[in-house]
Parts: sequence; C-alpha cells; structure tokens
Amino acid sequence: MLRLELVNISKQYPAVKANDSVNLKVEPGEIHAVLGENGAGKSTMMKMIYGAVRPDEGEIRWNGQAVNIRNPQEARHLGISMVFQHFSLFDTLSAAENVWLGLDKSLSLAEVTQRMMKVEKEYGLDVEPLRPVHTLSVGERQRVEIVRALMTNPKCLILDEPTSVLTPQAVDKLFVTLRKLAAEGTSILYISHKLDEIRALCTNCTVLRGGKVTGTVDPRTETNAGLSRLMIGAEPPQLQHKQAKLGAVVLDVRGLSLPKEDHFGMNLTDIRLQVKAGEIVGIAGVSGNGQQELMAAMSGEDTRSPPDSIHLFGKDISNHSPRKRRKEGLHFVPEERLGRGAVPTLSLAANTLLTRTEAVDRSGWVRTAEVTKLAQELIRRFNVKAGGPDAAAKSLSGGNLQKFIVGREIHANPKLLIVSQPTWGVDVGAAAQIRGELLALRDQGCALLVVSEELDELFEICDRLVVIAQGRVSPSVATSAATIEMIGEWMSGLWDKSARQNEESLHAQA
Amino acid sequence: MLKLEARPEQSKLMSVMSPVLALAITVVIGTILFMLLGKDPMRGLYVFFVEPLKSVYALTELAMKATPLILIALGLAVCFRSNVWNIGAEGQFVVGAIAAAGVAMQAGPDTGRWIVVPVLVAGVLGGMVWSGIVAFLRDRFNANEILVSLMLVYVADQVLGYLVYGPWKDPAGFNFPQTITFLKSTAVPKLFTGFRVNIGVILALLAVGGFWVLLFRTYAGFQLQVGGLAPAAARYAGFSSRKALWTALLLSGGMAGLAGALEVAGPLGQLTPYVPAGYGFAAIIVAYVGRLHPVGIIFSAILMSMFYIGGELAQSRLGLPKSLTGVFQGLLLFTLLACDTLIVYRIRWQAARPVPPKAMPIPAATLTTGKGA
Repeated sequence: MLRLELVNISKQYPAVKANDSVNLKVEPGEIHAVLGENGAGKSTMMKMIYGAVRPDEGEIRWNGQAVNIRNPQEARHLGISMVFQHFSLFDTLSAAENVWLGLDKSLSLAEVTQRMMKVEKEYGLDVEPLRPVHTLSVGERQRVEIVRALMTNPKCLILDEPTSVLTPQAVDKLFVTLRKLAAEGTSILYISHKLDEIRALCTNCTVLRGGKVTGTVDPRTETNAGLSRLMIGAEPPQLQHKQAKLGAVVLDVRGLSLPKEDHFGMNLTDIRLQVKAGEIVGIAGVSGNGQQELMAAMSGEDTRSPPDSIHLFGKDISNHSPRKRRKEGLHFVPEERLGRGAVPTLSLAANTLLTRTEAVDRSGWVRTAEVTKLAQELIRRFNVKAGGPDAAAKSLSGGNLQKFIVGREIHANPKLLIVSQPTWGVDVGAAAQIRGELLALRDQGCALLVVSEELDELFEICDRLVVIAQGRVSPSVATSAATIEMIGEWMSGLWDKSARQNEESLHAQA
Repeated sequence: MLKLEARPEQSKLMSVMSPVLALAITVVIGTILFMLLGKDPMRGLYVFFVEPLKSVYALTELAMKATPLILIALGLAVCFRSNVWNIGAEGQFVVGAIAAAGVAMQAGPDTGRWIVVPVLVAGVLGGMVWSGIVAFLRDRFNANEILVSLMLVYVADQVLGYLVYGPWKDPAGFNFPQTITFLKSTAVPKLFTGFRVNIGVILALLAVGGFWVLLFRTYAGFQLQVGGLAPAAARYAGFSSRKALWTALLLSGGMAGLAGALEVAGPLGQLTPYVPAGYGFAAIIVAYVGRLHPVGIIFSAILMSMFYIGGELAQSRLGLPKSLTGVFQGLLLFTLLACDTLIVYRIRWQAARPVPPKAMPIPAATLTTGKGA
C-alpha cells in the first residue's frame, strides 16, 4: 500500500496554473526526490500535502484512503511533517521554546530541551537549544527546523532544500539520518536542485516542469545531464571562465577587529583581505563563524569599524553609511532576501528604491514612472518570473526574488559587489544564471567578494579563496591551487600550519 | 474550544471592504442597543446617520468636527506606518492649544490679523515640543514611546489645569477656570458668515494632499515606511531609524498641535479645562478606519464626527447619555479590528483534546541545569 498518493491534482493561482493534474506515488520508507526549477510547482505541491493550500481538483490519498487535509495541524496529526525553506521561527524565543511551541503541550520545556539534545546528538544536528533564535545564523536556524520536524516522529517528512546551508560533513550526517529514518519506515519527500545529492540519496524521483510532471525516474540510474533535461528541457549552461584581468586594489581590509554586538555573535579578529578589480574572492566557512558580522561591517550596516580598517580605492570608508558606500561604488546583496534585501509587502518597483535612487530628485521627489521602468528593465534583463513591477516581493519564489535583488545591484554598475550566499535555495537554472552574471561583472572589471557556504559554488566562480573560522580570516589561496580537503581543514581554523609550510617552501626556494 | 487559524489565502476585496463591513455591523449592534434602551431604533439611527447631514448648517458643523480629526489622524498615520506608536496626540493637542493661547493673549487692540499666523505656528511648535520629549526619551534612553506619549497626555492636562486655575485665569471671569476671551483679531478666519466653520477645513484638505505626496511620492516617506515594514531592510538600505523616529513624532506632534491651535483660536476662543475633548484618542480610530491612508482618513473622520454630533443630538432628542458617542466609536474600532483579524484568520471549532498525563513530575533541578547548559 502506498504511504502517500496524489491523483490528478491541480491548483490554479490568479496568474499561473501552479499544478496541472500532477500525480505522485510515495512508498513507505522511500526517499523520494521532487525536482524542478523555481516556479515549476514543487512548493505548491508540498503545501497541498501539508494542508497549507487546498487543491482545486484531484485527490490526496494517505495510506490508501482519500483524505481532505484542511490545515497543517491535520497534516501533522496524520504524521506529515515539513521543514520549510523560509523559516517559521520566533526570533525572540530560544531554539527549544520554538520546538516546544510546535509540539502538543504534554512535555515540559525542560523535557523538550533534553529530547532535543538527544535528537541532535543522534542525527548530528548541532544547535544549542537555549540560544535565542535571532542570534542564530541561517544554517543554524535550518537545523532547528529539522530538529523540530523530527521531534514529532513523522511518518512522512517533507524537506524543502534542506542541505543548502549545511557543511559537506553535515550533509553526510543528515543523509545518514534520513537513511536511518527511511529504514525505520518513514517516507521522505526531498525537494532539491542538487542533482548529485538526489542521485546519492534518493531511490525515486518525480520531476516537475511548468506545473506538470515530466517524468518519474530512478535517479540512481540517471545522469546529471538526463535529470537536467527533464527539469529544464536542456542541459545547464556551461559557465565561461575567462582569464582574470587584474586591476588596482579596490577593497583593502587592514587588520579589522570588531567586538561582537550581542552575546552570541562572533568577535572579528585582525581581518586582512584585499580584493582587486577584475577578480572574484570567495569567503568559505561554516555558517556562524563571523560571516554575518564581517558582512555587516563591509556593507556599512555596522559602522563601528575602527578608523583606517576598511579602505575602498585607498579611501577610508570605515564609518561610512550603506548609502554613502553605495555612492562610492560598493553594493551589497545580503543573505536574507525577504525583510532585508527586499521589503516583503512592497512592490518590486518600490523595492528598487532601497538601493537605487536614480529616480529620486534632489528635492526628494520620486518619479514613479521611472521607478516602474527600472523594475521592468530588471525583470526583463534578469529573466525574473513575476506578475510585473507591481507584484509584491513576497509573491515571488526564492530564486526569482534573488535574481531580482542580485540584478538590482549588478544593474547599478558597482565597482565592488559583495554578495552573501548568492544562490542559497535557488534552483539550477537560476543559480547558473546568477553565477554567469557575477562572472560577466568580473570580466567588466568589477571587484567581487562572495561569501558562500557552498564550496562547489566558490570553486566554480572564484579566482582566490579565503576561509573564515572563529572570526578570523585565513590568508588567500588561488582557487587553482586549492583543494576541497585543504579548504575543509582550514574551515576548522587550521590554516597556520599549511600557511607556514607555504612560507617555508618559499624561503627554501629563495 | 474556539481556535483562530491562518487562512491560506487572503481576500483582497475583503481588506478594502473591511471598514464598510465594520460600519454595517456597528449599525446592527447600535440598533440592538437602542432597542435595549427602549428607544425606537429607526429614530436612533436617524439621529446618528441622517440628521448630521440634513442641512447646510449641519454639514458645516460636521466639517468643523472633522477638521481636527483629519489633521491629527494624518500625523498618526505616518507614525503608525513608521512603526512609531504615538498614542499621546491628545496631549500634543492640548499643549498646542496652550501655546496658541499664550500667543493669542498677547494681542492688543491694535494688533492686525497677521497674529493668526503666529498663533497657529505656536500651536504647531507646542505640539512638536510635547512629542519631541517622547522622541528624545526613546532615542536617548530607549523608553517605550507608547507609555511615555500616553502619560504625557495627563501631564498636559495638569499643565492646562494649572494655567487656567492659576496664572492665566481671567481676572474678570467671576473666578471661573478660564482665560480671557481672545480678541477678534486672533480668531481663525471663518469661511462663510453665519457658520462656525473656518479655514481649518482648507488647511486639513491641503494637509491630506501634502501627506499623500509625502507618503507615496517622496523618498523621505518611502524611508519612513520601510523603517516600519522591515527594519532590517531599512538598515540594509542605510535609512536612519533615529531620523525616522524624530520625523514621525515631530510631524504627528506638529499636526496635533495645529489642531489644538485651530480649536482654541476658532470655535472655543479661550482656554478652559474642557479643551481636551478626546480628539487625540478618537484620531487613532480615524487613522485605522481610514486604513492609514490620507484619503481614507477624510471619510473616517467624517464618520467619527457624525458619531460626535449624533451623540449630542441623542442626548437632546432621545434623552440618551452623550457617552453613546464613545460607545459607537469604540464599537467601530472593535468591529474593524475583528473584521481585519477574520480576513487573515478563520475561526474553527475544536473539541478540547484530553491532555495526556505527565509521566513524571520534573524536579526543579532539571530546569536549572537545563538553563546552565
């Protein structure tokens, strides 16, 4: 008997048919991948299973019985648990309190905390239960979400892009967990765009394109190219990586030290970093090692940096505001799209005004026609799927909003672009496009600094790499000379040894 | 037990219709209320909703009541949109009135009509000073602006009381707590002879246009709103939250002060302990019922004024207490909030689930070690 079955499910949204008679069959104990581009209808399908959205047509069967899942609570009651891509945690509560809220109240907070620690230990999900959520990095928040879902002992676990912020080791650990859960009979619906992961983990795969199922295959017998063809109708575009034409030093961080702003932050210690025109420098590291703090100091959201610690084209910008830095050519794409990179309830047109002020007069008058035109231009040039310039930012899928935000900053012709997690939770097509745009910008002579927790991505686009660990930044290494093993070792802060060896070998040569 | 659960999709139509729906429910509850009080409900509704619109005189009176409400609510709309919770517009109104009265009392027999301008400017500045205290305490000491602004209302009332019972008391006023009646030259010019309505109405309509432009056509207005909607996005963009705090509070204080000045130099003509008429609090309802939109505020202000006038009429015609006004105003806000909640959530009946008994009581020590870990 099937654990879960979707029969001819359709869902019409005002602008788009998100699901068009889709079928899905999930066996007990099966790890089933759902693969598709942004806007292919994966999220809608999952939301219907989870009771957050009702289907217009079709039937959902649970253990062979037709069910009408009216809300997430009923879904949880049936044994369906979901880990969302956008988190639903209360910032001011601790991780344990957040988990506690999602459970029925038969357990005390202390019991929940203890069970959390047990689950975390068992599945290698490292989160301090007593830390307030607002002090957690994106990666840590995701771990809280996963722990919360696991605490209910689900029969069917839905994971939406779960590995995008985990370290390679943590991904392996998570896979061990998921295989263990599957062996215990739990069905797992695994939404991802990482073809390698799907092929390594999943035993079955349903591919969606444009709201329709384009194929149900066994990913273990498929190639990446084969899956790609089902998903986007073509193979992913290959990135053109031209020889770097290095220019002057654009960004020069000279021994930046910054004490943490809150108790759970990370002190930045003696950070030295240079980015030249025409190159991409990548910052690798596990989330929560000072990336947020460093980015805030770079973008100007945190202006406490000591004088002379940050230079742009030789000019001290340590205490300049974000707006002043943008005027000087420094643009920044933050890791949170909703609420930081864009205001969720405002239109795309209004959201251009956050960082783009070409349409604002000296008197402060906003020329709305021009604002709309800019939004239209961004939507067209960066291939953003949206209802139009008046669509609210929150109505876009993650990948499309990211294309819009990255596009907004690229379109401003920056001299230095700093990007945090450029393709976090973004599908293959959109990610390839964003990376291609970043490379094109580099070839035009822009300096780029990219923070990412996806090593593959950094190796793909960067010319030089540094590693951040415990608030310190390693010396840089040319990407061509770096290996994943070495960077992985540096992520634990162990670069002194190998860096010294490098120096010694240089001395020996001299 | 009853449970609220989030609706998967929200109706756009309903969020626009919500104020109308709220008004309809208010009318229904009002009808029941009249019946319970033993009055003819049709006559009661007539007094509240038809009589205030029946004659030119009634309409001018309505406009006069709506003027301070519009002015104050405009400022509050900017505040609330910026996530600054100034609920002390009443106090700013009173201090504006005091400051305006202070200037008006300086007029002599030879003073020209120009004195009206300094009177109104003094009102604006008075209101700004009062809300500036709120901004300063919030900015410097992170004091909660809701509490500070509300408590300053009572301080303002006391200051007013001190002045009219003490140093500003009219020596020829038979010991009544009131100032001298201001000279004619200080009175806000009337629009038509024979009616009390004055140029305040024009000022209010101009302000509606001004605030619409500020909110939807200027970068400053955009910055204020981003600060309210998504503080992290405002930080990312580099908009100063301190500037937003000061702007929103000074703007709303100034508007409330202007309303106070127009009132004291208009229909009142002197300072009495009865200057605080509740406009500052009613304007909070006006701002919300008007969806924090300048044009919406015109309509909601007119509606609230109808309640004021209707309440007075109900007192004289039906022998009902004047506090019926407050009941209607409160009902409207209450039903509006209920309608807004039901747009986002739906109510579901859920049988109470038995709570499984705890396996073992948790010793207090576990809790403390849990916290220490």
